[in-house]
Amino acid sequence: MLTKRIIPCLDVRDGVVVKGVKFKDHVVLGEILELAGGYRDMGADELVFYDITASPEGRAVSKEWITKTARLLDIPFCVAGGIRSVEIARTILNAGADKISINSPALENPDLINQLVREFGSQCVVIGIDSMMENGDYFVYQYTGSVKTIKSSKRKTIDWVREVQERGAGEIVLNCMNQDGTREGYDVGQLAKIRKICLIPLIASGGAGKIGHFTDVFKNADVDAALAAGIFHRREVTIPDLKKELKKSGIEVRI
Amino acid sequence: MITIIDSGGANISSILFGVERLGKKAWLTADIKKISEADYVILPGVGTANDSMQRLKNAGLIDCIKNLKQPVLGICLGMQLLFDYSEEGQTQMLGIIEGNVTLMRPQGLTIPHMGWNNLKLIKKDSPVAKGIKDNDYFYFVHSYMAALSDNVTAYTEYGEKVAAIVNKNNFYGTQFHPERSAEAGAVLLKNFLELK
Repeated sequence: MLTKRIIPCLDVRDGVVVKGVKFKDHVVLGEILELAGGYRDMGADELVFYDITASPEGRAVSKEWITKTARLLDIPFCVAGGIRSVEIARTILNAGADKISINSPALENPDLINQLVREFGSQCVVIGIDSMMENGDYFVYQYTGSVKTIKSSKRKTIDWVREVQERGAGEIVLNCMNQDGTREGYDVGQLAKIRKICLIPLIASGGAGKIGHFTDVFKNADVDAALAAGIFHRREVTIPDLKKELKKSGIEVRI
Repeated sequence: MITIIDSGGANISSILFGVERLGKKAWLTADIKKISEADYVILPGVGTANDSMQRLKNAGLIDCIKNLKQPVLGICLGMQLLFDYSEEGQTQMLGIIEGNVTLMRPQGLTIPHMGWNNLKLIKKDSPVAKGIKDNDYFYFVHSYMAALSDNVTAYTEYGEKVAAIVNKNNFYGTQFHPERSAEAGAVLLKNFLELK
């Protein structure tokens, strides 16, 4: 049976891993290879690296650390940040990343999704969506890497989820911004609503603060994977403990 | 010598690194002579079925691959290329292993089939499966599949039984990515690279 995936997310800035709260203040957490290797050894199913500075400043991620990571890791990983063309995507995939995730550039130019799918196949095209509640409905935000650049795209999250699927995306990471960094739990209500119309793998992101939050999002929103950062980086929950508890709750995981 | 067939697509370095982690060296090449003379040949799949076949054709590699006598391992789409035909782009494939590749239509499950799934061994004495146990997890990511047949060594379940390891004569294929399947994947890759 296909297992539910646990995906630590490493926000990368200037070649090191950082963590911010509500996308604002960033603290350095450590070296990429050391953290990535550690998570792999603990049983992470996949890793996501977000270059959180890349998109607003218009520069792409350097590929040297991607190749080093690809040499080290024997689990899949995805790279996000500043991928605004087929050529940049190709560089990152050639460097050894398994998937690329695009967010703001897909909102600027939705046809980029189709181009990437045509060129590399839908399995490696992930769409990151930063979703925030605004006047009683969820809207997609862009340029969320910095408080100076963040803005609403004026697109409803549910409409954008439909559109990216039609354009051939292989997977969606739904980052629920109201919850991000709060440690109060995933936005299960929003994720369950999106799940109903999302026929491709859906990854929950934002708000994990304890083991029960993972159980809740898998049981009540039926997501395929749960992404988290701070809870793992601060070692509040270890992946082996988390997976043991999930298994006890009847959720299929790889142990 | 181990060669990885490089017909011009993206993302084939991960398999190269997978071989390197086993302490071996592999060469990315589209050179017919180098491929024909290699001890082991790995055929990665890149992009869509149609693209991949077109790239192999453009590189003049179709007959070269079909005539290989040494162990050959097709990975993911590379495994699918070994079959006769794929629904993906209505593509004529290499025709080394009988059967067709079809779009997955698992009732109520998401597509692509993406993530870690457990293996069920049919042919437990297969040399590539040595040391691999029933229910070991492997990393899959695909939307098209081959069904069970005499040439299937192991399968996984995703709405239906999905070929996970195939073998005919010197040709092997895995639907999963051994280079991204942690320890179990490394065992499989090592087994392949030790085939006599």
